[in-house]
Amino acid sequence: MSTTIQNISLSGRKKEVSHKEMSFLESLYLVAIVKGLWITIRHFFRKKVTIHYPEQVRQMSPVYRGQHMLKRDEQGRENCTACGLCALSCPAEAITMKAAERKADEKHLYREEKYAEIYEINMLRCIFCGLCEEACPKDAIYLTTSKVLVPSNYEREDFIFGKDKLVMPLEMAMKNAQLKNAN
Amino acid sequence: MDSTFIIEKSVVIVSVFAITMIFAMYSTWAERKVAAFLQDRVGPNRAGWGGLLQPLADGLKLFSKEEFFPNTPNKFLFIIGPGIAMSTALMTSAVIPWGDKLHLFGKDILLQATDIDVALLYIFGVISVGVYGIMIGGWASNNKFSLMGAVRAASQMVSYEVAMGLSMIALLMMTGTLSLKEISAQQSGMNWNVFYQPVSFLIFLICAFAETNRTPFDLAECESELIGGYHTEYSSMKMGFYLFAEYANMFISSAILSILFFGGYNYPGMEWMVENAGVNTANVIGMLALFTKICGFIFFYMWVRWTIPRFRYDQLMHLGWRILIPLAIINIMVTGVCILAFK
Repeated sequence: MSTTIQNISLSGRKKEVSHKEMSFLESLYLVAIVKGLWITIRHFFRKKVTIHYPEQVRQMSPVYRGQHMLKRDEQGRENCTACGLCALSCPAEAITMKAAERKADEKHLYREEKYAEIYEINMLRCIFCGLCEEACPKDAIYLTTSKVLVPSNYEREDFIFGKDKLVMPLEMAMKNAQLKNAN
Repeated sequence: MDSTFIIEKSVVIVSVFAITMIFAMYSTWAERKVAAFLQDRVGPNRAGWGGLLQPLADGLKLFSKEEFFPNTPNKFLFIIGPGIAMSTALMTSAVIPWGDKLHLFGKDILLQATDIDVALLYIFGVISVGVYGIMIGGWASNNKFSLMGAVRAASQMVSYEVAMGLSMIALLMMTGTLSLKEISAQQSGMNWNVFYQPVSFLIFLICAFAETNRTPFDLAECESELIGGYHTEYSSMKMGFYLFAEYANMFISSAILSILFFGGYNYPGMEWMVENAGVNTANVIGMLALFTKICGFIFFYMWVRWTIPRFRYDQLMHLGWRILIPLAIINIMVTGVCILAFK
């Protein structure tokens, strides 16, 4: 039983180590050196794996998760109702928010009666896991495919992104609405 | 001594110097390119087309670096170390025949700084002095790693010089001369010495690797044990001189290998070219042939560097004293018997 287990080779390249005396030709090492040179020179002509970064950009995976965005609907109103599910689901505890009640004259700004007055993500804590996106019942928070993750900065406070950086620009919401109508 | 002679020699000397420097410069670029290609990478390709301006950028960087002096009682030796390494590396190029001759302005111009008849001895002498550059640098650094590297380098170079000299004796018995020009001329028409003295060539090649401190014999500067060996304490252009001297040495030893064993500036059909296309064309092609051979050897140096791992120190000494030297002596005896039997 044990012998059969020892003989299994998952990679198919298993080699027994032998301690036999080297023959004269082997002890010269010249054959081994020439073999080694042959291996390296084949690599010389092989296709290079380098991606020339600024000119070529690596293809991102379809599940890539980048910078967060708080969505607006087709009429440009914010989706977020400050329910707090994203903050609850966040394993890094990066999200904080403060809810506020919508005034009568703010119907064009917020979709529902409650909205997030303050919505902050600490980008130094965020691990871009995407659980906030999964938890959101209102389709409000999304992780975009933007390749810019978090720009460098000098102050730690500057890494706490508020609504000014997170909410989808109004023009983008209008554009999306136009596209939807066109289809 | 007439003035044309001085002008002629000055031009030859300056161009030999320039060529050696350019080759050493672009060897650093080639080393990085070859290393990259052998590892499936592309290497430096930002400075200039294909990274061709990289050596200039490296030189600029080295010149603008801070010049650091360790707390050493031997400041003078510390400065003179890289100088010796560099000047010995450049001195050997004086006796190398880069081509046969050019016929210009109504006179024959030898493509060689000087054709002395003890050229080979001169080269061996200068190479032996080269070890002082490393030894003095390592000693004056006042650092145990530098000293260890220097001691290793010195004993390695001294050991391999013996085998190198013995391998040369077999060749000299055949050629009967020490002049590199005559050795080149004897090999015209594919009578390359490598076909007659393959063992001698192999020993000389291995010893050349050891003499230039290249992998697999780079124990003098093995970074995993000695940080950087003899140049640990060096910075700025003094460090650059050591590295530059290594590449210059590589170029010179490639040139010597090409001349002693691969026919120097000779190429198949050279005599036909001299008769039909004129002396100048034939010899310019001859120079190009020599440089092609040199480039081939430099490539071989780099190719081996990325193939064979470094030797252990006892293995190095074992190879030098107990294998190469007896082999060289046997080679001398076999050569002697063959010369007696066939001539």
